[in-house]
Amino acid sequence: MVDLVASRAGQTTDGAIAARGLVKHYGKVRALDGVDLDVPEGTVLGLLGPNGAGKTTAVRVFTTLLKPDAGTATVAGLDVVRDADEVRRIIGVSGQYAAVDENLTGRENLDMVGRLYHLGKPASLARADELLERFDLVDAANRVVKTYSGGMRRRLDLAGSLVAKPRVLFLDEPTTGLDPRGRLGMWDVIAELVDGGTTLLLTTQYLEEADRLAQSIMVIDHGKVIARGTADELKSQIGGERLELTVSNASELPATEAVLRKVGLGEPSIDDSAKAASIAVQGGSAVLIDALRQLDTAGVVVKDVGIRRPTLDDVFLSLTGHAAEDAAESSDDVAKPTRRGRKEQQS
Amino acid sequence: MSVLTQATTDGLVMAKRNLIKVKRIPDLLIFTTIQPVMFVLLFAYVFGGAIHPDGVNYREFLMAGIFTQTVAFGSAITAIGLADDLQKGIIDRFRSLPMARSAVLVGRTTSDLFNNVVVMVVMSLCGLLVGWRIHRGFGYALGAYGIMFAFAFAMSWVAATIGLSVRSVEVAQSAGFIWLFPLTFMSNAFVPTNTLPGWLQAVANWNPMSAVVAAARALFGNQGSAPLPKAWSMEHPEITALGWSLLLLVIFIPLSVRKYRAAAAR
Repeated sequence: MVDLVASRAGQTTDGAIAARGLVKHYGKVRALDGVDLDVPEGTVLGLLGPNGAGKTTAVRVFTTLLKPDAGTATVAGLDVVRDADEVRRIIGVSGQYAAVDENLTGRENLDMVGRLYHLGKPASLARADELLERFDLVDAANRVVKTYSGGMRRRLDLAGSLVAKPRVLFLDEPTTGLDPRGRLGMWDVIAELVDGGTTLLLTTQYLEEADRLAQSIMVIDHGKVIARGTADELKSQIGGERLELTVSNASELPATEAVLRKVGLGEPSIDDSAKAASIAVQGGSAVLIDALRQLDTAGVVVKDVGIRRPTLDDVFLSLTGHAAEDAAESSDDVAKPTRRGRKEQQS
Repeated sequence: MSVLTQATTDGLVMAKRNLIKVKRIPDLLIFTTIQPVMFVLLFAYVFGGAIHPDGVNYREFLMAGIFTQTVAFGSAITAIGLADDLQKGIIDRFRSLPMARSAVLVGRTTSDLFNNVVVMVVMSLCGLLVGWRIHRGFGYALGAYGIMFAFAFAMSWVAATIGLSVRSVEVAQSAGFIWLFPLTFMSNAFVPTNTLPGWLQAVANWNPMSAVVAAARALFGNQGSAPLPKAWSMEHPEITALGWSLLLLVIFIPLSVRKYRAAAAR
C-alpha cells in the first residue's frame, strides 16, 4: 500500500466518517480487506476503483445496511453497528440505482421520505417543494416517476437523501449510467452541496469525477486500499508533466530531439511513425513557450503541442498494473453478489 | 415518539404508498377481483351440478369456501409486492432511514388487507346474484367476515416471509401460490370432508382453512342440516380459526421482521 499521507495512520481523532480495519467477506471473496479511512468534517473523499473493488460494500457498511465481519466504522463518532438508529438520523445515502417509487410522483416520493424522518406533514411538504425547486424538478413534481428520465430519477433520489439535511452524505456512483449532460448536471449539484459544508463520501469508477469533486482520493482494488492522497499527490507519484509534440515531417525529428534535450529533463522519447516526440519537463507553460521559440528558430513546423499531466488512469495503471476498465471486466464475477443481477446493467 | 406510535405512523405511510399504486394502476385490483368472481361462477354452474352435499344447497355451501380461498390466495400479492420492492432497491432506501423496522411489512400487509376487503365486497355481491344468502343476520355475518379477514391478515405475514426469502419477483409469483393449492383443496372449502379418505379427513379437519370456512359457514347460516365432522376443531370452528390466525401472526411477524432486517444484506 502506498500511503502518501503517512501521518494519517497515527491520527487519533476520527473524522466525520472513519473506519479501522474494516473487513467484509462474501463467501471466499473479501469485498473489504482491512480498510482504514478518515474523512474530516466538511470534506469530500473520493473512493475510486473498478467494479467489484469493494466501494459499494463500504457504503453499505457505513449506511447501516451491512454489518462488517471485522473492524469498526463510525459516522460522526457513532458506531454504525451499535448506534445504527442514531447513524440513520444524521446520514443521507443515494445509491447506484435510483431508489424511488415509480408509481408515486416526485413530490409524493420526497414527502414519503420526509414522513419517515418524522418531519410532520407541513414541514415534510415544504421540504419536498424546496428540494424539487433546487433539483430542477418543479415541472415534473406532480408527474409519476415512471415518466422521468434517468437523470431526473437520480436527481430525485439524491434529493431524497437530503430531506433531513444530513451532516454526512454517501453517494454511491452517483453518475453511473447517466449521459454526459446528466453527469455534468449531477456534478454541479454535488459541488454545490460540498460548498455548503456537507461531509461526503463519494464512490466512482470515473477517474475524472474523483479528480473534479474530491479533495482527497482513495484508490481501492479487491477490497484493499492501494493508494491515497490528493489528486495531485497521486499524479506526481507516477512522474510529473511531459511536453508532447507532433511535427509535420519525420525529417524534422532530429532537430526536434535536439531542442527537447535543451528544455527538458532526461531522455526524450521519439516515435518516428507518429512523428511525435516527448520529454519530461518542469516549469509548465514557460518551458512550452521556450521550446516553441527554439523549434521555430530551427525551422520545425509543429502540428500539435501540449503539456500533459498524468491522468488518474495513468495512476491506476501504474498502481494496479491494469487499467481501470480491464479491472472492471476481470473482477465483475468476483464482485459482491448483488441480488438479482442489479449490477449487470452497468458494465 | 414511543416505539409503538412510530411503528404505526411509519406503517401507515407505507400503506398509503401501496394504496396510491393501487389507485394509479387499477388493473391490479381488477384482475385480482376477476379471478374469484370466475371461481364463483365456475363452481356454482360447472361443479354445482355434480356436487350434492347432504342437507344443504351447494351454492350456499360453496360461498364461504370461495371467500376463504380468495383471501388465502390474496396473500400471494404480499409476497410479490415485497419481492418487487427488494428487487428495485427501494428497500435499501427504507433501511437507511430512521423508521420502524416493521413499517414496510405493516404497510404492505395492511394495504393488502384493504385489497382483500374490496375483493370480498365484489364477491359477496356476485354470490348474492347466484343465490347465496346470509341467514343469521348482520351481526353474525360481520363475525364471519371478521374471522376471514383475520385469517387473510395472518396469511399475508406468512407470504411476507416468503417474499423476503426468495430471490426474484418471478420466484415469488410461484412460491407465493404453490403451497396454497393443497392448503385450500385439502379442506372443506369445496366439498364436505366426510367424502374424503379417512387419513385425509383428519388432515382436512385440522387444516386452518377448514376452520375458517366452517366458522364463516356457521355464522352466515350456510351449513343447512349438513352434519358437522366429528372433530373438536370443526365443532368449535370460530375459536379454532382465530387461534390459528393468532398462532400464524405470533410466528410470522417476528420471523418476517427478522428476514427484513437481513434481506438487503444478501
